[in-house]
Amino acid sequence: MIMKKPKKVLILGSGGLKIGQAGEFDYSGSQAIKALKEEGVKVVLINPNIATIQTDEKLADTVYFLPLTEHFATQVIKKERPDSILLSFGGQTALNLGLALEKGGVLKKYKVRVLGTPVSTIRDTEDRDFFVRRLKEIGVSTPRSHAASNIRNALKAAEEIGYPVMVRAGFALGGEGSGVVRDAKTLAEKLKEVFRSTPQVLIEEYVGGWKEIEYEVVRDRADNCITVCNMENIDPMGIHTGESMVVAPSQTLTNEEYHRLREIAIRVVRHLGVVGECNIQYALHPKTGDYRVIEVNARLSRSSALASKATGYPLAFVAAKLALGYTLPELKNSVTQTTTACFEPALDYLVLKLPRWDLTKFEHAAPRIGTEMKSVGEVMAVGRSFEEVLQKALRMLATPLDKKYLTGQVGAYLEEIKHPTTNRLFAIFGALRKNVSVKKLHALSGIDPWFLEKMKNIVKFEQALSRRRLDSAALRKAKQLGFSDVQIATSKHSTPDKIRALRKKYGVLPAIKQIDTLAGEFPAKTNYLYLTYHGEEHDVVPAKRSAVVLGSGPYAIGSSVEFDWSGVQALQTLSERKYQTIMVNYNPETVSTDYDMSDRLYFEELSLERVLDIIEFERPKGVVVSTGGQIPNNLALPLHRHGARIFGTHPTNIDRAENRHTFSKLLDKLNVDQPPWAELRTLPSALKAAERIGYPVLVRPSYVLSGAAMSVAINRESLAKYLKRATDVSPEHPVVISKFIENAREIEIDGVAAKGKLMVYAITEHIENAGTHSGDATVVLPPQRTYLETIRRAKDITKQIIRKLKITGPFNIQFIAKDNRLQVIECNVRASRSFPFVSKVTGYNFIDIATRAMLGENVAGRYRTLDLDHIAVKSPQFSYGRIKGADPTSRVEMASTGEVACFGDTFGEALLKSMMAAGFRLPKSRRSGRDPDRASRASGNNILLSIGGEESKLKLLASVETLAGMGFRIHATENTADFFAEHGITCDKVWKISSKREPSVLHLIENGKVDLIVNIPTRAFERENTDGFMIRRKAVDMNIPLITNRQLAEAFVTALAEQRGNGLKTKSWAEYRAVV
Amino acid sequence: MKLLLKDGTIFEGKSFGAAFDAAGEVVFNTGMVGYPESLTDPSYAGQILVLTYPLVGNYGVPSFAKASKGKPDSPFESNKVQIAGLVVSEYSEKYSHRQAKQSLSEWLKKSGVPAMTGVDTRALTKRLREHGVLLGELVHSGKPKGFVDPNEENLVARVNPKRKKVYKGGKTRIIAVDCGMKENIVRSLVARGATVIRVPWDYDFNKEKYDGLLLSNGPGDPTMCSKTIENIRTAMKKNKPILGVCLGNQLLALAAGASTYKLKYGHRSQNQPCLDISSRRCYITSQNHGYAVDGKSLPTGWEEWFVNANDGSNEGIRHKSKPWRSAQFHPEASPGPTDTAWIFDEFIASLKK
Repeated sequence: MIMKKPKKVLILGSGGLKIGQAGEFDYSGSQAIKALKEEGVKVVLINPNIATIQTDEKLADTVYFLPLTEHFATQVIKKERPDSILLSFGGQTALNLGLALEKGGVLKKYKVRVLGTPVSTIRDTEDRDFFVRRLKEIGVSTPRSHAASNIRNALKAAEEIGYPVMVRAGFALGGEGSGVVRDAKTLAEKLKEVFRSTPQVLIEEYVGGWKEIEYEVVRDRADNCITVCNMENIDPMGIHTGESMVVAPSQTLTNEEYHRLREIAIRVVRHLGVVGECNIQYALHPKTGDYRVIEVNARLSRSSALASKATGYPLAFVAAKLALGYTLPELKNSVTQTTTACFEPALDYLVLKLPRWDLTKFEHAAPRIGTEMKSVGEVMAVGRSFEEVLQKALRMLATPLDKKYLTGQVGAYLEEIKHPTTNRLFAIFGALRKNVSVKKLHALSGIDPWFLEKMKNIVKFEQALSRRRLDSAALRKAKQLGFSDVQIATSKHSTPDKIRALRKKYGVLPAIKQIDTLAGEFPAKTNYLYLTYHGEEHDVVPAKRSAVVLGSGPYAIGSSVEFDWSGVQALQTLSERKYQTIMVNYNPETVSTDYDMSDRLYFEELSLERVLDIIEFERPKGVVVSTGGQIPNNLALPLHRHGARIFGTHPTNIDRAENRHTFSKLLDKLNVDQPPWAELRTLPSALKAAERIGYPVLVRPSYVLSGAAMSVAINRESLAKYLKRATDVSPEHPVVISKFIENAREIEIDGVAAKGKLMVYAITEHIENAGTHSGDATVVLPPQRTYLETIRRAKDITKQIIRKLKITGPFNIQFIAKDNRLQVIECNVRASRSFPFVSKVTGYNFIDIATRAMLGENVAGRYRTLDLDHIAVKSPQFSYGRIKGADPTSRVEMASTGEVACFGDTFGEALLKSMMAAGFRLPKSRRSGRDPDRASRASGNNILLSIGGEESKLKLLASVETLAGMGFRIHATENTADFFAEHGITCDKVWKISSKREPSVLHLIENGKVDLIVNIPTRAFERENTDGFMIRRKAVDMNIPLITNRQLAEAFVTALAEQRGNGLKTKSWAEYRAVV
Repeated sequence: MKLLLKDGTIFEGKSFGAAFDAAGEVVFNTGMVGYPESLTDPSYAGQILVLTYPLVGNYGVPSFAKASKGKPDSPFESNKVQIAGLVVSEYSEKYSHRQAKQSLSEWLKKSGVPAMTGVDTRALTKRLREHGVLLGELVHSGKPKGFVDPNEENLVARVNPKRKKVYKGGKTRIIAVDCGMKENIVRSLVARGATVIRVPWDYDFNKEKYDGLLLSNGPGDPTMCSKTIENIRTAMKKNKPILGVCLGNQLLALAAGASTYKLKYGHRSQNQPCLDISSRRCYITSQNHGYAVDGKSLPTGWEEWFVNANDGSNEGIRHKSKPWRSAQFHPEASPGPTDTAWIFDEFIASLKK
């Protein structure tokens, strides 16, 4: 290493989790911080994602919970004066921000050096024209493409490229008009239409159906260059890699293909001059072997996180070291600790990634998959046969199988295979069960027959199993093909316990294998493990004095990085207490699955069967089930019944809280109020109960997280409709109907108890009224509007519940407050989504306290959590832009994919920063003093209001007056405009779409001059007229800030008025806490 | 069927190759692609090969184009399956590839080579790593016939061609001493415009006219090739460029007066990092060898060119003033990474001077 080592480095994070940019950047960022700190380099981090591990106290030296905007980044640079910056560890957000800072001259002005891949290289990979040109310089092929501005030129271009061609219309249309065209006649017809609305189209070579192959490449500044992993997308080109089933290493490539693409990857990366890590994607023609380079991502990506977990090679850590100036041969392989980091992992297993979708959470969302990413998470299965990893991965998704894929029609399956939906894989299985040939499935899906044959193996065995005697050979075969005991039991009309006992009798047991990066060639020092039935001996012996922490499973709506944070905190506390820590998780986007977070990592299923396999082998002192959300929580009782020791609250008491009947009885006994409810199994009884309780009612299945299939029914018809959906989700559990209380506020208590006594708690308050899911709510700590008396009563109720359930460990209780009534709506005897938030805001690590309590330590103390000198606001991060057609308004079902939080000296400051951190741009009024963010659009000062219902209009009157007073030009839809005009506020009236008159609201929005849209539906849970939906959807598609909740609108306007000209402060986390 | 190891361990599995028994030295390779190339590599003669990557046979076996009109065999590394036997975790019954003409199983059966699937190859590999390579026997049924140590035989003499063969190219003439040479070495030289005169291991090439000398890879103990070593010593008097590959590295070292030794379990993989000592550049290389040059034994005038970045063993030598050098790895790749193909470029360039 000759390069001068930096002293202080700024790392840009990736912000709230959203589709396309999820938890993987917590992994890459935290690895980078560790790599830097090991070298004595000071690290400054900007990331408003408070639930990340990278923003923990123990990692970066200084953390800023601030929006990732040019304005705030510049302020931080000015204040901290870092000598260097890392751009490639925070996804596209960080990369774009870095490019903007460079372009704006900020980096130059403050003498900040970009470490790793130079900005010029990043530009070459981000700009399509540059990219194609640079690759052409070294004779590397990219899909051929020509721009055309008339039909004649377009036809000429298409002729040259050869049909079919891909037509891409201008960006303004949002992809409309794009598509595959197979002949000249169709092209001419299509273009006639397209050219009416766009001046230019791109005619591109069509590579749909080609194999999609990726390589992860690492290069140092001395030009050493390696490929750490290659991956094959089972879904061929045409489906985004984030939506694809991906296997590593590639399965259908020959040596020639594998190494030809590898050689090109290295040639490209050297020519571009990447220093660190990058990803290169290819299309490979299945019949000719011809290739095209699709793109290069000159940064850590989702694929690199997957590659890192798939191989055990710590890509982010090494990339950070290379950015500091190290060369690859100077670094050690962290897994063996003896061999060099300059090598390419050899796998003696394979991994499969499946995407996790949650589209059912969005009404109107199309289930089609294609070139845009819609998945919210992923799972990774490790094994030694394709059948084994496929069946593991399917179970890991933790989504119940829709029965229509067992009993449906071939025609429907084939349709879904040809025009892929999120259920394509299930449709393939459905078709195979009906004896559709592999050849036909290949023709429809483009999926290589090799994979389809393996799927067929599973189906064939499944069909044979029911007829076959379950002897030792059959059992072994079933397990090697990845069947679970539950599946076998279902097929043989037996129980999983009986199958388990039978397996033990026959000695059909899984083997524990290490992922060692070198396929057994050298001994591994770290224990990165998986279980397989293709093995006879274990690689390890049981750990001594161990403790197991169960992870959270895949990221999905409602189960996100917060639970990864909690799991990691538990590991750290257990490790400090000298336990050998064991993590079980299978989500490749997490920090908990990093090689250095636990003594042993089982990259395995969180099923009763698999966790028992692990526990029976390891014989741990106990299992932590309360830090990973609902998946491990649901295992508490079954594990206990099978003899596992659960740390903390007794599993029967966890169950008492989970079971609505027992919990409700408990509340009654305590004289604690709760909304009236009923549990029902049939439609008629449900309808009857709803009449008794009175509409509107809330409907949901018994066991829920993130309001799965939760809905509000306003009358008989809507109840009947929703019930159908709810029962589909959870067939084993009946539905619960409860009174939906309108115009009430929600407060939550997160806390830790020990032996039934309250140790520490934090009380948070929602800005939005009840009706917005707690995961979608804007949350304030400490509470601003809740009376001390209410807090006292909430605390009192909490203490009673804790005592009754003898809670030891984390818990969360949700209350509804209306008039002077306090009602309990939910109690979770586990860490909730808000644990990282309350921990970081109050300064007390709730999970550390909870873990110590579970170990039996005395954790009593004086914790100051109410009287803080700062205020923090947590805002939801939505991904509506990615979910075409979804209605961007919050309901009782959770829809946000992530969250952010910011601190402030006042509520208003914290709120504005937090909203900005979630991607909200502040509208700029004519009279406002300073522009808080230069990136915001220049024109400005237009606000559009469309407010449903008399009550909301009245309540917002003061706010609208304030906005008018601030010099904003107010536009409003018909009724809204009339109402405010009557109250003396001048508005420009625009007509609703249904009125078909100009100036129409759509026209106004499409002009791009509106800075903020406030659209309040009459009743959030009612199916709205199309106007409101169109306005909201347009706002999302045009990327215009949108508020759809009245309480939030009021709070926002107050904050905006209060903050005017005041500036939003650039204070670090430590500076806020120093006052405490 | 069974695999018996000399230490008494038995691995059971299912046959998917020819119904013969076979004895040999059991070695493992950690490459994830390239079984047709590996299986036809003459350096594997006498060995029972264990593939650590669990799924084998996925893309079938391409059609075999026999050498014709002075062209090297394509696309394999020799004209037959060279290994004594094959052991895998899961043989893939169905294959899929545009170039595939038959399944791996069919090919092995036709070639008379036994193969076994359903083995915990990781457990087997770890045993070989801990004990060092072991003798083994693949037994279908009946009594084992006993272990055979292939290294006691002159394997080179077994695998190498019996006659001289010329591949016409440009003016530059290269003598390639075939000790079990992989076809891709010939292809690599011909592709760079050279005429290749391929001669048997014990052929006295010193009477031929040539510009450069290539010493090929090959199986077994290099000290068995004393005739080749003598011929190399004679050739050294001419000061013509010499390039050794794999066994060729060991032969050049022995000719120079250095010594070789047997590695505990060899290097057989596609991910061996080799450090060029003078430039400190590190290359990912393809390897298949059980013996190595003792770097410390190199006489004056010679130096190490490459060392293994993992275990420090010798990966290449060169003379300090004369145009003689050799690499322990395979610059011709096939299977494996192509990163060091520049060694052929430099060799050819040195001949044209």
